[in-house]
Amino acid sequence: MPRNFTPKVITANALIAGDAVWFTADNTWSPRISEAELITDEAHADLRLLEAQAHQHEIAGAYLADAKEGANGPEPTHFREAFRTRGPSNYAHGKQVEL
Amino acid sequence: MYAYNDFDEAFVRTRVAQFRGQVERRIDGSLTEDEFKPLRLMNGLYLQLHAYMLRVAVPYGTLNPAQMRQLAYIADRWDKGYGHFTTRQNIQYNWPKLDDVPDMLEALADVEMHALQTSGNTIRNVTADHFAGASADEIEDPRPVAELLRQWSTDHPEFQFLPRKFKIAVSGAKHDRAVTKAHDIGVRMVHNDAGEAGYEIIVGGGLGRTPMVGKVLRAFLPREELLAYCEAIVSVYNLLGRRDNKYKARIKITVHENGLEKMQELVEARFAEIRKGFTGFDQELLQQIERAFAAPAFVSKSTASFEAARLANPAFRSWADTNLAAHKAPGYAIVSISIKKHGQTPGDATSDQMRVMADLAEKYGHSELRISHEQNVILPHVHQADLPAVYAALRAADLATANIGLVSDIIACPGMDYCALATARSIPVAQEIATRFDELKIEHEIGELKIKISGCINACGHHHVGHIGILGLDRAGVENYQITLGGDGTETTTIGTRAGPGFSADDIVPAIERLVTGYLDLRQDAGETFLQAYRRLGMEPFKAILYPAEDKANAA
Ligand code: SF4
Repeated sequence: MPRNFTPKVITANALIAGDAVWFTADNTWSPRISEAELITDEAHADLRLLEAQAHQHEIAGAYLADAKEGANGPEPTHFREAFRTRGPSNYAHGKQVEL
Repeated sequence: MYAYNDFDEAFVRTRVAQFRGQVERRIDGSLTEDEFKPLRLMNGLYLQLHAYMLRVAVPYGTLNPAQMRQLAYIADRWDKGYGHFTTRQNIQYNWPKLDDVPDMLEALADVEMHALQTSGNTIRNVTADHFAGASADEIEDPRPVAELLRQWSTDHPEFQFLPRKFKIAVSGAKHDRAVTKAHDIGVRMVHNDAGEAGYEIIVGGGLGRTPMVGKVLRAFLPREELLAYCEAIVSVYNLLGRRDNKYKARIKITVHENGLEKMQELVEARFAEIRKGFTGFDQELLQQIERAFAAPAFVSKSTASFEAARLANPAFRSWADTNLAAHKAPGYAIVSISIKKHGQTPGDATSDQMRVMADLAEKYGHSELRISHEQNVILPHVHQADLPAVYAALRAADLATANIGLVSDIIACPGMDYCALATARSIPVAQEIATRFDELKIEHEIGELKIKISGCINACGHHHVGHIGILGLDRAGVENYQITLGGDGTETTTIGTRAGPGFSADDIVPAIERLVTGYLDLRQDAGETFLQAYRRLGMEPFKAILYPAEDKANAA
């Protein structure tokens, strides 16, 4: 039996700044996961990942990450991805202060 | 200290220029990430969770004040005003922007530094005893040999694509402060029965997924054979090491799978073949290098002010008792500056702190600084008469924490706060443990205790050789921390034993507190360290402390 496909977002690091970015439905990269396209279909996910990876001049290392629908758009489900939306816990650096 | 010759200077500048071109081509789209990644890694540039990370080599952990100041300048100009000192005696910047990195490398080259071979499957930065040239128990300063190995391994054409990364450590003292038995090659200076100085060559040590204590490949190697012999080892590994499986590619697995005797045979055969190629130029070079590492002109003056300050100021006395080590020159001391203030990130120094340390080294420390693998900064040569002034300046810069070797002097890797490979965070665990024991005010009573924390199985935080090791894992999407006990990273290297099931992020600090306060009840007297008590009593009593509920369940 095929395992259930859990919803995903596409994420990467911005090419110059290196910070976490998410792929939106209009093919742009946002520093906010809430603006990402939440993908619920596996075939669509594969296709979108290919499209995202074509943005070599803007990002590096695109991949699919688990996410869920939240009140204001997609939210991470794993703590690693949650850290990427905020920044490190030892200093007020990164997105937690920059966004 | 070693100073670059024209060749070194030109080589480093060329590499910066090449990398500048590579970055430009990446940004203008001529290079894809897949093409660019191996190039950036060759120059120490990683892509981590929130940003790029630049790992700068500090060869054998030695810096001069100008270099330390430049590290501070780079932190201010292109990063967030601080740097992170690592267990490989390097410094990492956590927030560089890709298009700034060539300028950062240029700024490093201005002070004879670089980020070459701090990543990739090459021979990495050669590490050495951080008390080199200073400690009372030293046979010989290990840095000339480390520098020779650095020159030999830098851009060595045969060894740029090894099966896996390759780490060498050198120790010149009886007491091993360089963790030589946890390296791919460990070089220990020894005397043979005839009283001649030479090297004991250890091979196949390493931590990570499959931790192994290094084995003695050659009990005594004459000094002049070192390069040829190391070349033979790496050459044998280059052919024999497994390229089919990343997890079996380190030389420790090669030694394990083929056996030490087979390795010895192959290395000796290869050595016999290539040694004639080493016609003595390496020894001439070594002599030049040795001159660069000549001991500073030690002075002799009264130590009365030191004794007076010790008597007058209990805080100074506590710091002096904890953070100083015995120096070989009369009247001198080795100062360990703790970069582990309670609650701070282990190994992080601000640019202001770097400048203070550089100034102190210049004024009172014969212009030398060291980075220790325990993530502290060392002033190797300070006269005791100057210690009160050094202490006062350190205090003003928030650098006078008296905790070297104690429970809060924790090694912690960056973990999931920065590292893309991490399975859990390590920094907050270190911060909370240090803060908690500071509140309890018992760390001096506890005495020597090494806690080491890694954020994943790669073990950059050396958790396997911590008296207490903590390994952060991802258990079904939740951070979970496994405890190992009885590890030791000195000449009696031992891999710690797992105590039992892991603890949640909320439970790990109370578990460590239970363990350490429990040890206080178990020890014979105040002189028995945690490690000694563990060795005497074994795992069981410590396990009972860590898992009290389970104990009851078993009894019922
Ligand atoms: S031990 Fe793991 S988490 Fe820590 S720095 Fe090394 S690779 Fe990263």
